[in-house]
Amino acid sequence: MTESVTSAALPDARAGKPFLEVKDLQVHFPTDDGLVKAVNGLSFTLERGKTLGIVGESGSGKSVSSLAIMGLHKGSRAQVSGEIWLDGSELVSMSVPEIRRLRGRQVAMIFQDPLSAMHPFYRVGDQLTEAYLVHNDAPKAVAKKRAVELLDRVGIPSPQKRFDDYPHQFSGGMRQRAMIAMALMCDPQLLIADEPTTALDVTVQAQILDLMMDLQKEFNSAIIMITHDLGVIAQMTQDVVVMYGGRVVETGNVRDIFYRPEMPYTWGLLGSIPRVNRSGDGRLKSIRGTPPSLINLPKGCPFQPRCDYQQYVEGHSCVDELPELLQIATGGHRVRCHIDSEKRKQLFAEQIKPKL
Amino acid sequence: MGRYVIRRLLQTVVILIVISAITFFLFWATPANPALLICGKNCNSETVAQVNATYGFDDPLIVQYGTYMQGLVSPGGRTIGSEGSERECAWPCFGESYQNGIPVWDSISDAFPATLWLAVGAAILWLFFGVLLGLIAALRKGKLVDKLSVGLALFGVSFPTLVFGYLLLFLFIVKLQWLPFPDTANAALFTVGPVKWLQFYILPWMTLALVFAALYTRLTRANMIDTMNEDYIRTARAKGLDERTVVFKHGLRSALTPIVTIFGLDLGGLLGGAVITEQIFSITGLGKFAIDSVLSNDLPAIMGVVLFAAIFIVVANIVVDVLYAIIDPRVRLS
Repeated sequence: MTESVTSAALPDARAGKPFLEVKDLQVHFPTDDGLVKAVNGLSFTLERGKTLGIVGESGSGKSVSSLAIMGLHKGSRAQVSGEIWLDGSELVSMSVPEIRRLRGRQVAMIFQDPLSAMHPFYRVGDQLTEAYLVHNDAPKAVAKKRAVELLDRVGIPSPQKRFDDYPHQFSGGMRQRAMIAMALMCDPQLLIADEPTTALDVTVQAQILDLMMDLQKEFNSAIIMITHDLGVIAQMTQDVVVMYGGRVVETGNVRDIFYRPEMPYTWGLLGSIPRVNRSGDGRLKSIRGTPPSLINLPKGCPFQPRCDYQQYVEGHSCVDELPELLQIATGGHRVRCHIDSEKRKQLFAEQIKPKL
Repeated sequence: MGRYVIRRLLQTVVILIVISAITFFLFWATPANPALLICGKNCNSETVAQVNATYGFDDPLIVQYGTYMQGLVSPGGRTIGSEGSERECAWPCFGESYQNGIPVWDSISDAFPATLWLAVGAAILWLFFGVLLGLIAALRKGKLVDKLSVGLALFGVSFPTLVFGYLLLFLFIVKLQWLPFPDTANAALFTVGPVKWLQFYILPWMTLALVFAALYTRLTRANMIDTMNEDYIRTARAKGLDERTVVFKHGLRSALTPIVTIFGLDLGGLLGGAVITEQIFSITGLGKFAIDSVLSNDLPAIMGVVLFAAIFIVVANIVVDVLYAIIDPRVRLS
């Protein structure tokens, strides 16, 4: 598989390699029950200052892919193959000591659920300075100044005082802010946000997203936004990768995904967004069935068992044959589906769009 | 924190009073007749009556209990014996042994150092090896080292102390003759010097530590495996920390917290006497004293050793709670 999703972003000024390029990434976990194929051939590129969204339901391989970029599968039983190029260096084959120098400094991650992602026994401030001191040979006072600065920057009131608090003394929103501050301690060029707002209520969620966009402008960092919230995708990202069963099933810029989606799974995702101005009977549509087992992936299209549109494909190719991720029209819009592209456009226009 | 500790100490007094009452009345619920024991071989109804009068066995139980408790509560202690042969029993007065007339408190303070050395030495041993093995096993989960540690731990918990102790005794003292026969005189570190003292204690330590080391290995392993799967460990790695910092600063710190609790309680319990180990190696500690008192129906001695052991357990509970609050900032004492 040598599919590559070209970023629909501006052409790279360096005319060479993109800032981040993931090529045919595969992550498999051997377990007692069999090989769990969590990610199967993920490819995308991302430039600095841009945001890429990765969407998909639980178990579609979103988080596993991001951990692979951080090299956090190294030392575990996971089998990672493919290539991850970050600013000219290849991460999959990189040794642990080498990639450790990148972690936190060049690539940082904002984890979901900051209550469990911060150590309960250490002060928030100390956890922040630790992230700084590991990469910078600086006195503690400098690290503390930086930490207080960032806590202030992410909107934590009286940061000087809050520096000495423990995580459990923070509210959920403040913990998430502190988590973001921790990720920013070393001005990372690539920020991976793994469902950063999932645990938060919507007002705090909006503040956090605004904050991230501000910080992105300020630091010109690239962001990978992993979420299953399409609202977040619409607000934050330029490019979107839709994952299903460890594979990319549709990718393109944010307009392609929201206005011209062609993959039945993406249709399902869009149909499940609650809308205030929804017409019709007003019920949310869910996608029937459950995600496929990553141990026994279907031979054909991973979405086939749940797809309501397979009758538009002649023969049994949906069951027997994995569809290629093919480029449609111009730009970076690519879709993995056996249904004819014209037919998909027609189906979307006639059956899906009116119900959204 | 200070107020919390004071409140807990006051609760301790209540608990100890309850324990003393239960022990006292339970003793009298048995068909024991201490008067017969005291008057010895030449007993007739007259001497028995005399003994009963002297020791106050004729008084109602509640009065006897009150008299006994007076020796513990009043700072001046109490007087023991009938008119003409009265003796002062200074605070803390646990009474005199029915068996040999020695003040119980003297016997306890004589026996305690041996038990203290035994418990502390064994505790250091099991804590060190238990945590070390558990840690290694957790970090090499599924590997040979892990399986060996788990196997060893299973062996340790399932091997009876009684058998293990005698086996060590037989092997190292009788068969190989690497160590001298246990002599209680060698239990005193400051009179016999460290070499003889170590020779005396090494086998008892191993015997006592085996079971605990096995339990602590399993506990550390399980806690450590759980902890290393926590999100904050992933965060620590994502910061770029080296694995040693991740394991020791972030992992072990959390994994050891429950062990502190259990360690405090285990040690507190053992300070009241390690019956089997003391018996095997003829250590005249509290455990042996307790056994002897029970076997000879010696009420003051039983009361003394039970209350003394109870104090350690209750205090250990308080210490553990305070320590826990210091280690885990989420626990705030109020």
